[in-house]
Order: sequence, then C-alpha cells, then structure tokens
Amino acid sequence: MAADSATPLLCARALRRLYGRIVALEEVSFELWPGEILAIVGESGSGKSTLLHVLAGQLEPDEGEVLFDLPGRGLQDIYRLCEGERRTLARTDWGFVHQHAVDGLRMHVSAGANVVERQMALGERHYGRLRRLALDWLQHVELDPARIDDAPVIFSGGMRQRLQIARNLVTLPRLVFLDEPTSGLDVSVQARLLDLLRRLTRELGLAVVLVTHDLAVARLLAHRTMVMQLGRVVESGLTDQLLDDPVHPYTQLLVSSVLPP
Amino acid sequence: MYVAVKGGERAIENSQALLAELRRGDPSVAELSIEQIRLQLRLAVDRIMTEGSLYDPELAALALKQASGDAIEAIFLLRAYRTTLPRLGYSVPLDTGKMRLWRRVSATFKDLPGGQILGPTYDYTQRLLDFALLAGTPVPPAPRLPADAEPVPAVLDLLDQEGLIEAESASCGDPEPHDLTREPMRFPASRAARLQNLARADEGFILALGYSTQRGYAHSHPFAGEVRFGSVEVELVPEELGFAVSIGELEVTECQMINQFAGSKSQPPQFTRGYGLAFGHSERKAMAMSLVDRALRAPELGEAIDSPAQMEEFVLSHSDSLEASGFVQHLKLPHYVDFQSELELVRRLRINAVQQDEPT
Amino acid sequence: MRMCDPPGSLERDPNVNFAYLDERTKRMIRRALLKAVCIPGHQVAFGSREMPLPYGWGTGGIQVTASILGPRDVLKVIDQGSDDTVNAVNIRRFFQRTAGVAVTTDTTRADIIQTRHRIPETPLREGQILVFQVPAPEPMQRLEPRQSETRKMHGLAEYGLMHVKLYEDIAHYGHIATTYDYPVLVNNRYVMSPSPIPKFDNPKLNMSPALQLFGAGREKRIYAVPPYTAVTSLAFDDHPFEVQRWESGCALCGSRASFLDEVLTDDHGGRMFVCSDSDYCTSRQGADVRSVISDGG
Repeated sequence: MAADSATPLLCARALRRLYGRIVALEEVSFELWPGEILAIVGESGSGKSTLLHVLAGQLEPDEGEVLFDLPGRGLQDIYRLCEGERRTLARTDWGFVHQHAVDGLRMHVSAGANVVERQMALGERHYGRLRRLALDWLQHVELDPARIDDAPVIFSGGMRQRLQIARNLVTLPRLVFLDEPTSGLDVSVQARLLDLLRRLTRELGLAVVLVTHDLAVARLLAHRTMVMQLGRVVESGLTDQLLDDPVHPYTQLLVSSVLPP
Repeated sequence: MYVAVKGGERAIENSQALLAELRRGDPSVAELSIEQIRLQLRLAVDRIMTEGSLYDPELAALALKQASGDAIEAIFLLRAYRTTLPRLGYSVPLDTGKMRLWRRVSATFKDLPGGQILGPTYDYTQRLLDFALLAGTPVPPAPRLPADAEPVPAVLDLLDQEGLIEAESASCGDPEPHDLTREPMRFPASRAARLQNLARADEGFILALGYSTQRGYAHSHPFAGEVRFGSVEVELVPEELGFAVSIGELEVTECQMINQFAGSKSQPPQFTRGYGLAFGHSERKAMAMSLVDRALRAPELGEAIDSPAQMEEFVLSHSDSLEASGFVQHLKLPHYVDFQSELELVRRLRINAVQQDEPT
Repeated sequence: MRMCDPPGSLERDPNVNFAYLDERTKRMIRRALLKAVCIPGHQVAFGSREMPLPYGWGTGGIQVTASILGPRDVLKVIDQGSDDTVNAVNIRRFFQRTAGVAVTTDTTRADIIQTRHRIPETPLREGQILVFQVPAPEPMQRLEPRQSETRKMHGLAEYGLMHVKLYEDIAHYGHIATTYDYPVLVNNRYVMSPSPIPKFDNPKLNMSPALQLFGAGREKRIYAVPPYTAVTSLAFDDHPFEVQRWESGCALCGSRASFLDEVLTDDHGGRMFVCSDSDYCTSRQGADVRSVISDGG
C-alpha cells in the first residue's frame, strides 16, 4: 500500500440508492488509496453488488458522489464526467472482472483478441505487437499461450477468469473492480486464482475493490474490509483485525459462518 | 460467344403481361369487382388498411385485387400510394368512448355499465366448413342494436375512478403526433412512436411476440379489460373555424389490456395499461398489439428487460412487413460481384488449408 | 452483343411529380445530404419515404437521386457494374417515367450515376455525383446490433471493435478475410460502410474528384464522402489493405486493371473472366457498340 499518497484514488461520499421502496444503499462513505485492496463483504441483498456498480460508473446513485483521482485533474465526480470520458476511463485506468465471465468476455472471439481489444481501441495498429502483447499477458495469468487463438467458449471456468483478468490488466489500470471473482469455481481452482490475483495486485500496485461473500477471500487478498448489511456499512477496518475481533453483532455472525452465502 | 444474363426492357414487360394474365385467371369466369372485395372480404381489407396505415376501403380492395390477394403486396401498394398524399391536417384524438358499437366484450367484469355485446365474431362459430357457401345461399337479416343506443363508457375508466389503474397521460409532444412516415424512428422511442410502429406492424409478427409474453418471455399477467369494435367520428379543427367539425366516420377495433404492476419508487402498486388499435375489425391485431405495447413499457416501469417482446430496438426494427419482405427478397437481386469476391477468398483459403495439411 | 435498350421507349408520366417525390420531401432529403457532406462519413437519419420499389432494392439511392436530379441531368444506373441487369433497367425506367431525364450508359457522359455494388472503372471527374444504394449503413451492426450503442460508439470514436474482427481474420486465416463492404475510415474520423462494393473498389473512394452520396432507405440513413476526402480502408500496419487480383485479364477486352466476373460457360467446369463494368469493357472493345440510350422527353 502506498501510504505516502496525499490523495485517495477513489472516494465515496454519502451514497444512497433505492430500488422502488427498497433501500439498496444508505449513507455509504469511504476512501480507497492507491495500491489498497478493499473487500466489501455481506450476504446477498446486503447492497454490496449495488455499491460496486455505483462505484464503477454503471449505476448512478440517487444521492451522494463517487470521486476518482484523474491524472492532472484531481478528484472528480465520475457522474459529472461526460459519457465519453467515463467510458474511456472504464477501459483504460479501470478494470472490471465480472463474476460470470460471459459478462466480461467476448465468448466467441479468440483469447488473443479478447486480451488486446483495449489496446486496439486505444489505437494500436500493429498486429505483430498486439500478438506479442497477448502472448505476454496469457503467460502473466498462467494460461497456455498455445490457446491464444481459441475462443473462451471452450475454456474452463478458471481459465475464463484468468482471461478476463488479462483483458482488464492489459492497459495497466490503477483501479480494478472484482465482483465475486472466484465464486462458482472448484476449491483448488479458487486457490490458484487467488494466488494469481495476490501476485498481480502486488506486482502492479493495483488498487482493488473486491466484492465477495467469502470471508476467506477477503482475508487472503484485502488490506481492509467493509461489512455491509441492508445497504449500510455496519463495520469496517483492517481485515485481520476485523475478522479476528469483530465488534458488530452482524460481523460476528458472519465470522462464525452461520450465514449462508 | 459469351452472353450475359440480361434483363432489359422486354423481359420486364413480358413479366408484367404474364402477371396480369395470371391475376385475372380464366377469362370465362366473371371478374371480381372492387365492391365485392370490399364487402365480402372485409377482414382482409381491414388488415390492409391497418398495416397500410390508410383508411380507404375502396383503395385497399383495389390493392388486394391488384396483388392477387397477397396481403403484404397489397399493403405495399397502399403505402406507396400513401407516400404521395399531402398532409392536410391532423385530426383531434378519436373519442372511442363515443363509439357506435358493433361489439364490446370485457374479460374482467361479469356485468358492467353498457353490458357485454357479443356482436359479429367468429369466436363461437365452431369452425365447421359451411358447404352451403359452395353454392351461395341468401343470408337472412340479423338482429342488431338500435341505432340510437347510448355511448358505453370504457371499462378502464371505471377502474380509474378508484385510482386502481394508472392515469392515462398524453405522450410527450401531443397533440402533434410523431409521424413515422415522415420522421425516422429514434431509440429510445416515445410511446406514441412505438404505438404507431405497432399499429403498422405485421400482424403475424406482433401476434407471435404478444403470444410469447404469455409464455414466460416477459413478466406479464394480462387481462382483456375491454375489446370494442364499432364506428367513431373523426373530427378536425380547421384553423379558420377554431372548433372541431366531423369529417367522417371510421370503423376501428380497440383493446385495453390490464396488467399487474408491483409499484415503483414513485408509484404504489396498481394496474397498468397496454393499448391496441386497428382499423376496421381486427381483434387479433389489436389484442396482440396491446400485449406488446405493455411489454415495451418495461424501462418506464423499471422492469427487467430479458425477453424479446421487451426489447424495443429488436421489436420496432423488425415489425414492418415491407422492410422485412423487401430485404429478405432482395436476395433475389444479383450479387455477382460480392459472390465473386467470396469465391476468390474461399478458393484461396482452401489452397492454404490443403498446403498446411500436406506432410512436409 | 447488344448493350442498350431501344432508345426513347418510355414517355414521362405527367401524373406524378418530377422524379416522383414531392418537393418538400426532396428538400428534406437535400438538407440531410448537406449535413452528411458537412460531416463526412457520419450517418444522418432522414425521413425515408415508402417508395414504389421494395426496401432493399435501392429505395435509399432512388430517394437521393430523386432529390438531386435536375431536368437537364444525364443519368446512368448500374447494378453489379452493368447497365443492363434487370434491377438497373428497372430503376432507370423509373426515372425515365417519372422525370423524363436523358439516360446513358457512358460513364464519362453521366452527371449522376446511381450504383449498386460497384464503382465504375473509368475514373470519375469533378462535378459528377455517384449515388450508392446501401442495404446496411452501420459498419458495426454485425458486431453490435443495437443502434443506441453504435451511435454512441461513433460519437465517441470507439472503434476498437472493428479491429477485433480484422485481428480474428488474421489469427485464423493469416490475412484479412473481408472481401466486400470492407469498412473504411473517412476523413480520419468516422468508420463507414462503403456499401457492398468489392474491396477492389475501395481505393477509388479515396480523394475522388466526384461527390459520393450514400442512401439507405430501409434503415433511413444518408451519408456522404465529399470530393477530395481521405478514405482509408481499415487494416493493420503490418497487414496492409490489399485488393483482389486475377491471374489473367478480361476475356473480352483484355483489361488487367478491372474487376472481373466469373462466368460459367458450360456444365463441365468451363469458365471465363470478363469485366464486371460493362460500359468500360465495351468502350475498350470499340466505341461503335456504345451509344446514348435516350435523350429524354
């Protein structure tokens, strides 16, 4: 964690979001620093996914603001940016790894093209260089480079997630959103993917907002953890501290693993 | 000597002569009159007027005759003619509450003010072929409603009094309507533009989509609040007069479909509406249209969009029979040049594939 | 071989307006054309009319031609490069009947050339207008069918998707496998469908002295490439754009510079290659077989 930074990278202020008369988010505020990994945990319906989409510029909050440290411009409300700026941000300085790879990949397009699509969008027009970049990234995420021309539709669940990660990291973003990246995978596949994520976030100094219902995932990856219940943050703190010594009864309940995911 | 496939004037002229002959059929059999078509094939004429978006039974019958009974071809003829017509003015909205009814049924209330009026319908005919029609038999006069019957209020107005159904609000831009034949469709479209598109849409397409909403492809729980068919007056406000004058009557079929709605941020749970309207007697079209109209309101009502009938661009871009028929059939046009390009490509790819397979 | 129909066989129909459309509609279309010329390659939505020809058969091109046609203009209509395919004849007859204009097969004599699927081999000159019939104006439609999305992508010049397709071709076939309707970048800004012309014709779009107008009737879009505008075919730096080549020349005129149609000559696999541009081919064979079809009425 780059503790010497003067400005946070991402800043949520008093976010509120309703679905009909159901409160999905209420009074959510926090700061995320460059290189920091923040886990948001809670059971389904706690508002953690809504929060992730609000932070990632995909769902405008009813109240409050989401600020991001834009190079040379400082903290800016992402919902005040014009759509073009927001879309450019989302495919350069940000990444979003979806829970279901089908939402984040072009399933019928080769792995190689999936990886380098962002570079092509940014104007890279040299096939040879794109090809080398794709091969490099397949290796970074420990995928067999021989599979470069295969479409992810024939990949296993773990391979698809690795490909999604490569596709997002190819532009070296500063912030990545991870939405339940390991759920639905076998335990052994999960463990290897978590190792990979831990290594990549360290090597690249990524800041991450990680949504998970799995406290073990939070413990392994996150510096800090926020616990959500019914749209509110009920407790937050350093991950180890929070999980070893939970204060809020709901966190205690979560930690004692009596709640279903 | 090479002779290219050439059309030329003569081929086209010959083709048209043959077509005319086949349309007429055996000249020893009496020719159909426009009057016969208009009066005896009235439902076909109604469909052509609806999808041709021109209320003119005589011209619709003429189009049907010219098209040898092909509804889509007849609609095409009527639409092409309609293009050339000037816009003289816009009528005030039809008041279907004042309809002189032939028929009016509600599936939501057993009895209601004005009562159920079965009227002319194939619904209870048991669909046995009537061999008497082979010979042609005189038809005895049928009993009918008194000509001076009071207007019957719309069923949905009764629910409206209790606030149980959403208020009917005018679309943005009313009373000046969006005119799809003058302005291109833009997405997202206003409800007025959507309804206009659906009214002109191919009956088969709309029927299938409406049907799909009943089979789980859209969260829909429809009740036929009311289906009515009859004549309404068309009124116009001439600028120089400043008040409405009747310029004639037309027959229309209207369907108000009632749907459940769970409520939203700003609204309590209530019933919502789907609306269908067709020229003449076209209940299938009006009902299917009302289902699709309601399904397309998903974004406005905050509902998830996961079924074809809810996908605005998909529905509205593929509903028009002329657009669909023209583009499907344009594949008959020569594509020598494109095909030549593909031919050359496939040959090259095959050569490459063979070379790769050969042992080295 | 007879190239032309008998001259003057069609009278102008006095019951329809000049070139069929009413003047207000023509003005609306000309406004859309002006906007299109101002923003080269940008698709302008317009109130496409329901024409007496079917959608997909050239209604867009016909509306554009009808709105710019003047009584003294000389019109040429081609389909697949040829003046005498049924569709070309039919559209030419439409304008003879509704506008009574002079028509020609001679590319050099025409003021307006309406075309489907080809650009003439004979270089165009200043003052000429080429009107393309466009079936599918959106170059990204097959990759992203939602108009609401593609409109945004054009607006923000987000064109990475186009190169995904080219990348895939090279990865799988070793070269770009799009042969017609090959996407282009116009004036370094908008990605545009050149209509289903063979990619052989793409270089002719670039810096053309003629005005090039594109009409899509069913999809209700108009776009344009003004004279002397840069039009580049999408490609990679290390896999540059290439056009088709043939091993031999045209069997009739011997040209090695034109797009050739393959013609089956018997049912034992016999075939020959001849120019797709019939006017170009005939003029190379000798000027005597070529003539003005009609001087109009």
